[in-house]
Amino acid sequence: MSVEIEKNLKLSVAPEMPAHLETSTLEGRNKILGLWFFLGAEVVMFACMFGVYLALRNSTAGGPTTQDLYEIPLVAIMTTILLVSSLTSVLGIHEMRKGNFRGVQLWFGVTVLLGAAFLSLEIYEFFHYVDMGHTFTSSAFGTAFYTLVGTHGAHVLFGVLWISGLLYNTRKEGLTDFTAPKFYVASLYWHFIDVVWVFIFTVVYLMGMVG
Amino acid sequence: MATFLVVAVFIAFIALIFTGGYNSDFLDRARKTKIWDWITTVDHKKIGILYIASGGLFFIFAGVEAALMRIQLLFPNFDFIGGATFNQLLTMHGTTMIFLVAMPVLIGFMNVVVPLQIGARDVAFPFLNALGFWLFFAGALLFHCSILFGGMPDSGWTSYVPISLNDYSQGPGVDYYTVGLQIAGLGTIAGAVNFLVTIINMRAPGMTLLRMPMFTWTTLVTSALLIFAIPPLTVALFLLMFDRLFGGNFFNVAAGGDVVIWQHLFWIFGHPEVYIVILPAFGMISEVISTFSKKRLFGYTSMVFATVLIGFVGFMVWAHHMFTVGLGPMANSIFAVATMTVAVPTGIKVFNWLFTMWGGRLKFTTAMIWAVAFIPTFVMGGVTGVMLGTAPADYQFHDTYFVVAHFHYVLIGGTVFGIFAAIYYWWPKMFGRKLNEKIGKWHFWPFFIGFHLTFFPQHFLGLFGMPRRVFTYESTPMVDMINFISTIGVIGMTIGSLAFFYNIYVTTRYGQLAEADPWDGRTLEWSIPSPPPNYNFAQIPLVRGLDAFWLEKMAGKKEMIPSEPLQPIHMPSSSHIQLIISLGFFMSGFGFVFRGFELGALGLAIAFFGMFMRSFDKDRGYYIPKEELENVEKGA
Repeated sequence: MSVEIEKNLKLSVAPEMPAHLETSTLEGRNKILGLWFFLGAEVVMFACMFGVYLALRNSTAGGPTTQDLYEIPLVAIMTTILLVSSLTSVLGIHEMRKGNFRGVQLWFGVTVLLGAAFLSLEIYEFFHYVDMGHTFTSSAFGTAFYTLVGTHGAHVLFGVLWISGLLYNTRKEGLTDFTAPKFYVASLYWHFIDVVWVFIFTVVYLMGMVG
Repeated sequence: MATFLVVAVFIAFIALIFTGGYNSDFLDRARKTKIWDWITTVDHKKIGILYIASGGLFFIFAGVEAALMRIQLLFPNFDFIGGATFNQLLTMHGTTMIFLVAMPVLIGFMNVVVPLQIGARDVAFPFLNALGFWLFFAGALLFHCSILFGGMPDSGWTSYVPISLNDYSQGPGVDYYTVGLQIAGLGTIAGAVNFLVTIINMRAPGMTLLRMPMFTWTTLVTSALLIFAIPPLTVALFLLMFDRLFGGNFFNVAAGGDVVIWQHLFWIFGHPEVYIVILPAFGMISEVISTFSKKRLFGYTSMVFATVLIGFVGFMVWAHHMFTVGLGPMANSIFAVATMTVAVPTGIKVFNWLFTMWGGRLKFTTAMIWAVAFIPTFVMGGVTGVMLGTAPADYQFHDTYFVVAHFHYVLIGGTVFGIFAAIYYWWPKMFGRKLNEKIGKWHFWPFFIGFHLTFFPQHFLGLFGMPRRVFTYESTPMVDMINFISTIGVIGMTIGSLAFFYNIYVTTRYGQLAEADPWDGRTLEWSIPSPPPNYNFAQIPLVRGLDAFWLEKMAGKKEMIPSEPLQPIHMPSSSHIQLIISLGFFMSGFGFVFRGFELGALGLAIAFFGMFMRSFDKDRGYYIPKEELENVEKGA
């Protein structure tokens, strides 16, 4: 009997996690898994918007086409900035593993700055397009473009605010088993935004150059 | 809008006078009331009850809407409410029944039951759970404000473009639909994430995946469906909102838009949605039939497999709603075959229920009667479903009353019967009292007979060619009679529903107290008191197999073996921040509906401010000391 109890107690309920600070509590593990599922929902949302964009990208209604509008150098710079910001958030997590809170603050701070730089360039880009007659209401292509890229931009903005709030919020508490999962999920979210941008760069801009 | 503000301020003023609200200890007194306790609760059982209660409230609304429509169709060329109102009632009835009745009641049961079934003290994210409910409620309330302010949406629950665009549906009706459902959808996503994480991470020791009760399994699959099905709806509503409010061109053909995009997005959501509302009902039925047959669920593993398969295939059949759009014979054939594939796992389930009852010691309580009535009724709906999935025949059935009959057979005969079974089954666990069995029979028989009287003849109405969603018809011999019979059936369903609400009243006032295990149950929820203490399990039980509690009872024990020593229990604190966030979204929604974009932005700002408030919250709950637990357990 007691052998059977022992056996049942040992039946692993949740998969074993590496011994990291962010997964040291059930709450932390829940948060990380929950964010993964949330990202699953986000993937579907962006997939739908990509589908809509692909269906409508040639419906320019006489306005400027994708070839007229897109300039790869600017978008390439934006891509580089966002990819580097993903790297800096990884460095932040790396410092977290080492228990160095100063390093976490530094690298996540750099991530926020890079995110803000990306946003400024995107705003500049949108103004530029509006000057060329490509607006939200000008054609179905315009509506689809601003909805897809704008939704991504809104996610970047939310990420910038989120991580800034997190840095402010934890400035006194430092790294604990309560704050570590928060940094970890924020970095997961930030990677996700980056991945979406890689797809936007490919599907919207690069494919837009070849028509 | 102005009327609304005046009324709101007036109500606030009156409330202040009657509560003596000007003095400073008003807030303190408010905090001690029961209402404050309920609206700030993060306890999964209370949130579940809130979900079910609001589902019940909207059930009354949508039921009255249905009755009004049936009266309008009583006679040919009848002038009772007229076409414009009919369109509005039709839209409200469909949308309310799906989004604000079926889903919240099912999610409510998931909330109450799943943590108890897996031996957990709460869900993974108690705050998010409360936020999910209040977002749902804010969306539902906003949607229903359309009755009072500006007119209801009138382009059907599917809200096809272009009839839902500004040109054809003027007034704010459809805006209530787009904005209200988006807010409610946010809440649903929160709920789904919560259940997934809870079931994956928080099962009691020993409860492997294939030892989970069937209702927990269906909850897991349903939550996964929600995660992937709600976002397409959100995007579709986004696009429609942009077209209506901000001059977007997604569906404006003149500017290059495409109306079929809406249909695709809507049904990529809409078909999994069908399984979202039926799978949990399958789970409920499985629990009820197994308990009252005194047998282990027949073919448990195949049941799990069938559930997962239905969830998987459910994403590949959406275009069977669009056979007549003209996607071409190739697409139609593929989707027709995929659609018929769903009948296989569903058939597995039906036979498993029958074989569970076979040779069992059957006990026909009200819950069991609902569950048994479910089987033939749902099978009929399934058969007409396969008929509709036959693409060539669908050209004949499409948009006729045949479709109406079909989906009412699966939604009432499936989901609603399942929910009623679940209500009679889990009521003692939720409230500590058993619903009256005699009134339960008065609930069942009129409802069951009335339901078939209303919807069975509608199959023929459809085959005779009567289109759905029309507000009247020319006098034709058979059509007149069938419509008349169909409306008569509503009386039966009304009597049944009234008996049900009367039953709740009688039970709450005079009902007999229920013991912990009133049905001789099989799963963990019956091993703790009715209603359970707010920490559920004083000691997390050890699970040694499927039907864990039944195993222990068969081994001659009265209780589960604990897997841990008695120790202080960590509990989350109540919170009011979810109310601020939901209020923000509600305000914002109102602003967008009435094109008051300043109010819209302000509402969003409040909502995001609430989220940051929550993030900055330093309250990390409290502990129930060991002595208190010992006292309670001794008393029990």
